[in-house]
Amino acid sequence: MRWRSCVIAAIGLVALVGAARAQGTYGIGRPATPAEIEGWNIDVDRDGGNLPEGRGSVAHGEEIFAQQCASCHGAKGQGGVGDRLVGGRGTLASAKPIKTIGSYWPYAPTLFDYIRRAMPQSAPQSLPPDDVYAVSAYLLYLNDLLPADAVLDATRLAAIKMPNRAMFVDDPRPDVKNVACVTGCSDGK
Amino acid sequence: MTAPATADPDDLAAPSRRHLLRQGGALVGGAVLLGGLAGAEAQAAGVGADNLPPNIPGWMTAPGEAMGSEPYGLPSRFEKDVVKNIAKNLPQYLSAAARTPLADLDGIITPNGLFYERHHAGVPSIDPVQHRLMVHGLVDQPLLFTMEDLRRFPSQSRIHFLECSGNPVYTKPYGKTASDLVGLLSCAEWTGVPLKLVLQEAGLRPAAKWVVAEGADAAALTRSIPIEKCLDDAMLVYSQNGERLRPQQGYPLRLLLPGFEGNMNVKWLRRLHVTSEPAYSREETSKYTDLMPDGVAREFTFYMEAKSIITRPSGGQRLSAPGFHEISGLAWSGHGKISRVEVSVDDGKNWREAELQEPVLTRALTRFRLPWQWDGRPAVIQSRAIDETGYVQPTLAELLAVRGTNSFYHNNAIWPWHIGADGEVSNALA
Repeated sequence: MRWRSCVIAAIGLVALVGAARAQGTYGIGRPATPAEIEGWNIDVDRDGGNLPEGRGSVAHGEEIFAQQCASCHGAKGQGGVGDRLVGGRGTLASAKPIKTIGSYWPYAPTLFDYIRRAMPQSAPQSLPPDDVYAVSAYLLYLNDLLPADAVLDATRLAAIKMPNRAMFVDDPRPDVKNVACVTGCSDGK
Repeated sequence: MTAPATADPDDLAAPSRRHLLRQGGALVGGAVLLGGLAGAEAQAAGVGADNLPPNIPGWMTAPGEAMGSEPYGLPSRFEKDVVKNIAKNLPQYLSAAARTPLADLDGIITPNGLFYERHHAGVPSIDPVQHRLMVHGLVDQPLLFTMEDLRRFPSQSRIHFLECSGNPVYTKPYGKTASDLVGLLSCAEWTGVPLKLVLQEAGLRPAAKWVVAEGADAAALTRSIPIEKCLDDAMLVYSQNGERLRPQQGYPLRLLLPGFEGNMNVKWLRRLHVTSEPAYSREETSKYTDLMPDGVAREFTFYMEAKSIITRPSGGQRLSAPGFHEISGLAWSGHGKISRVEVSVDDGKNWREAELQEPVLTRALTRFRLPWQWDGRPAVIQSRAIDETGYVQPTLAELLAVRGTNSFYHNNAIWPWHIGADGEVSNALA
């Protein structure tokens, strides 16, 4: 019967489209391949998930830092055109807080994530993983979070507990209340 | 963030006197003079009388420029001083900001060339043919889209503001002009595809709670967006005010999250990573977090709360004479529509409701106006926004009492202007 062949044809068509594209209302775009995703996905999560293989020492990190980073961040990470990266512990509740990797950053793997994606500013994504581990190690050493002879890899980086980790809270706003006084208000400021 | 740029009186030369005269204002001692000028005063301000009545203006006695002399139109040459407000002598300009000249603009739409800018590693030059958007992570089918693909999706246009979260900061020196103070604020009509359509095309898995958005700039800037926002009013935008995005605004593709702080509206968007947790990227942990007096920092502070500013008269301008002056300004809220704006002209003792220009749109700039007779005596004028949630814009004192001075972001304080007996308008809190 004619209607039945139509239904069968329709089911066949759906199956065909489904084979080309597993999902999707519009059938727009094409599947991204695992190799394409691996090449672009440089996200490292706070627990160190997606950190690449590799390792780097504090000593090697000091060399890389001197070549690639010190012109902006200072030889010891004390800051310059670029952010200060070292010190500042115990200043966050003061009138002049100093926010650095050691005093402020909550998660150590973020260091690898950020250096790899954005540093050095003149040539981001140019450092191989070993060099990124090494620079991360040097910066953690300068912040008293690794010993001078340390070698950093994914496991060791993920195991570091940053000092300021517990000091972040969710957004509590609205936190400031004003009353819309209209006449004879005592304090307009 | 950046130190506010201060207008140098020497930069404000004769051409701008002419154009301001046409607008009903002129420059006196570096300030924009508000109020009409008679012919004699016009001459005193350095304008010749050749083009004034009873003479025939020179531009009527010969043909003008031929068609095609400007394939992409530009503002009048007499408007050349209306430009972005960029701080001078910054240590570097790759991670920097440029402010919109709010006091020079009317209505609610920011021209594309004057839209505020904030980039973290310069402005990339992206060939749209070679640009791709990747959607991957907790999806049934990871997908790759060309720009042509994205333009095939059902589209929509909406008007929304964008505002940088550090606009202004909490500590002195506060800026002199409306642009110095809150110029990291602009509004446009955006066209693109609802983000949820693109995510649904890939198929979200039940564990999908966040989407990590990444830009294709040299910062590969990364922010995590809650899935609720992605499935609500978030858009993938390719056009702004009718034309393709400008490079400074993310050409060829940006994320738009109405009401959320500017940096989350990731420009040059190339990747959406669907995850169960935020990325806790550098920008959302060590940078765009709000430090409180006790050393605790607030993270994921997305919304821009209700705010307003009087743009006319405002800092750097001068009232020419007592008499009628329209007070005009902008109000906005990341939580929805502006329901009311109140204005005080007596240092906050009494407040009057301003007229709101229709249409009042959700998460868009709203223009307000109030007629005012200035009696020539010193005055303090200020505006207060109330949004549809009932939230009332706070004073700076109220804000500082809760957040202290280290918070840096999300300062939405009422900002009063002082008007001197000579008509000079200045920052009343500076």
